[in-house]
Amino acid sequence: MKHLLSVEDLSPADIHSLLELTDHMVEVSSRPIPKVPALRGKNVVSLFFEDSTRTRTSFDTAAKRLSADTMNFAVASSSVNKGESLRDTIETISAMGVDAFVIRHKSSGAPQMVTRWTNASIINAGDGWHQHPTQALLDCYTIRAGLNRRDSFDGLRIAIVGDIKHSRVARSDVQAFTKMGAHVTLVAPPTLLPPSLDGWPVEVSHDLDSLLPDLDVLYLLRVQRERMDEALLPSLHEYSALYGLTAERAARLAPHALVMHPGPMNRGVEMVVDPGELPGSVILHQVTNGVAVRMAVLFTLLGSGSDLRTGDTV
Amino acid sequence: MTRLVITGGTLIDQTGTRAGDVAIDDGRIVEVGTAVTGDCVLDASGCIVSPGFVDLHVHLREPGKEEAETIETGSRAAALGGFTAVVAMPNTDPAQDCVAVVDFVREQGRKAGLCDVLPSGCITIGRAGELLAPFGELAAAGVHLFTDDGNGVQDAQLMRRALEYARPLGIVLAQHCEVASLTKGAVMHEGACCSRLGLPGWPSIAEELMVFRDIELVRLTGVPMHFLHLSTERSVQLVRQAKADGLPVTAEAAPHHFTLTDEMLSGYDSVFKVTPPLRTAVDIAALKVGLADGTIDAIATDHAPHAQHTKEAPLDQAPPGMLGLETALALAITELSGSGAAMTLEQIVAALSWKPAAIAGVAHRHGRPIAAGEPANLTVFDPTREWSVVPAHLASKSRNTPYAGRTLRGKVRHTVFDGTAVVVDSAATR
Repeated sequence: MKHLLSVEDLSPADIHSLLELTDHMVEVSSRPIPKVPALRGKNVVSLFFEDSTRTRTSFDTAAKRLSADTMNFAVASSSVNKGESLRDTIETISAMGVDAFVIRHKSSGAPQMVTRWTNASIINAGDGWHQHPTQALLDCYTIRAGLNRRDSFDGLRIAIVGDIKHSRVARSDVQAFTKMGAHVTLVAPPTLLPPSLDGWPVEVSHDLDSLLPDLDVLYLLRVQRERMDEALLPSLHEYSALYGLTAERAARLAPHALVMHPGPMNRGVEMVVDPGELPGSVILHQVTNGVAVRMAVLFTLLGSGSDLRTGDTV
Repeated sequence: MTRLVITGGTLIDQTGTRAGDVAIDDGRIVEVGTAVTGDCVLDASGCIVSPGFVDLHVHLREPGKEEAETIETGSRAAALGGFTAVVAMPNTDPAQDCVAVVDFVREQGRKAGLCDVLPSGCITIGRAGELLAPFGELAAAGVHLFTDDGNGVQDAQLMRRALEYARPLGIVLAQHCEVASLTKGAVMHEGACCSRLGLPGWPSIAEELMVFRDIELVRLTGVPMHFLHLSTERSVQLVRQAKADGLPVTAEAAPHHFTLTDEMLSGYDSVFKVTPPLRTAVDIAALKVGLADGTIDAIATDHAPHAQHTKEAPLDQAPPGMLGLETALALAITELSGSGAAMTLEQIVAALSWKPAAIAGVAHRHGRPIAAGEPANLTVFDPTREWSVVPAHLASKSRNTPYAGRTLRGKVRHTVFDGTAVVVDSAATR
């Protein structure tokens, strides 16, 4: 594997082996000194053309635990602000010697485009509405751990609720969850669904309440305020009333059901109940697992086969 | 004067198809027959000799974006594509909304001397959709086709007034059909592909609503209207019905719209971004039927050069448009004729030559019968020759062809403009 651009490019076996490797990374992370020399001498550059705290920090932590050299390219204070093109930015930084770029961009397809201009590996850390593959992997890992489903998600019922249309998390998760064998239902008002779902192995519902008791995983997406300006929603209040997770709705979930959210949450909109009071909430596990999953991705793309199980430390 | 003779070809014009040699002197055809002799011979054996092609829709980028194309480089691309006249779209900088700018464009075309460059005029000042451009002054300066191409005229009242005001002038208004409120931020056709790629969709209805509105405005005013670059099945149906109703409407389709689908954007390559966007196989089939049955009058390229660095932006930021002049004939032959396709070579030549010549208001000079006394604007092409599209070999200043590496059938061999062989053996002579 040279790049990680989209879950579409991953086979179920690829996902499975990344999750297996994540187990080892969780073990590394639990050591007193959570650091291995696996990627010593490798240069990992984060290029975030769009704001992010958790994803960027998570990748940074993952690379450091593997002893890679890391550089954060803060676009706001860079030559991009002076009008430098994406191509020139990539070629210039590549010329310094880069093994992997971790790229977030507001334009769908930007990471794929960048692969034409550098020999480095490209890891998509979120592009427009398109894909966020490490989010999908960490979500799979969290479900796998939370429901003790090591090998497959066969028979699991997962509802993804919210702004599917504009969500790279939804596009990635639908592909990853269904590749793992889960049954996925998208729940949203019609205006927040993609214009076509041809080829999406999902069901659609506009009635969250009828689904709740049968769910194994309730996955909530962030709903953004600006959607009302585009006449996609009448009000956040109405959204919350129809699709928000209230205490009443939470009470109708099965006891084992997981509640997930990619963050950042809109309290009082999609998350009306305090997630700290939800026994099934694994939202912070998602964040923790994100580091281990990203270690697994970095190691898969850049590692040279050194054994992580021997407990070698720096 | 040197007497030029085109020998051994098959002549196709609106009077029919037959073998014949053509002699040209002093800008005119002087003799058509067999064993015609001359001082300079252009071999046309195995080739079709037709009236020169007329492109209703090119962006030559001058003035304003000479880094992408100039009137000279665009004219050369046109000549190599077999075009002896092109209608230059008005979205230049400054826009072609006043006599000074259209005179400049025409004069630059004259200096290049490779084809007739026919400046279009804006419908509204600065293409801003607010105030009418001076149709009368522009018509007096020789402008026949008026459009805000790149923008549709959004305001129905303004469009109605434009048609009414145009009535005594004998001009034609051409619409870029796009209801802007439905295409905000849109990058590609709205459907399964954009849903998967996570890109904002440009729905077919955005085109069709304006086609419908304008057909009704033509019905109301009786003033002719031309529909630019139709891309959807429903648009073709609407125009077919309007013609059946006897309305004075004409329409064009671009080669990329009958060749490429929205699936081409799966690799996020902005060379496939165009307005209106590449559609689906269903739309392609409808455009082909529309061309074959005459609902769509003309093949027009919407030649839209862009400098490489601007096209290298991510898909949502890259400008829309693709090159078309040098590949139009070959795409028409490859996609529209031959096995399983509906059009004859005669129909293809009609859609490239005399039908657009009439819409452009140049039927006295272009798309004429091949006969003694007629202006010598002619195209000689080999309908069977296969060739590969190599971007670096194109005469256009830009490289944004979506057909790089494709093998196409049909190649222009010679182009005679105003009696001069401006292309000989697929190479420009000036």
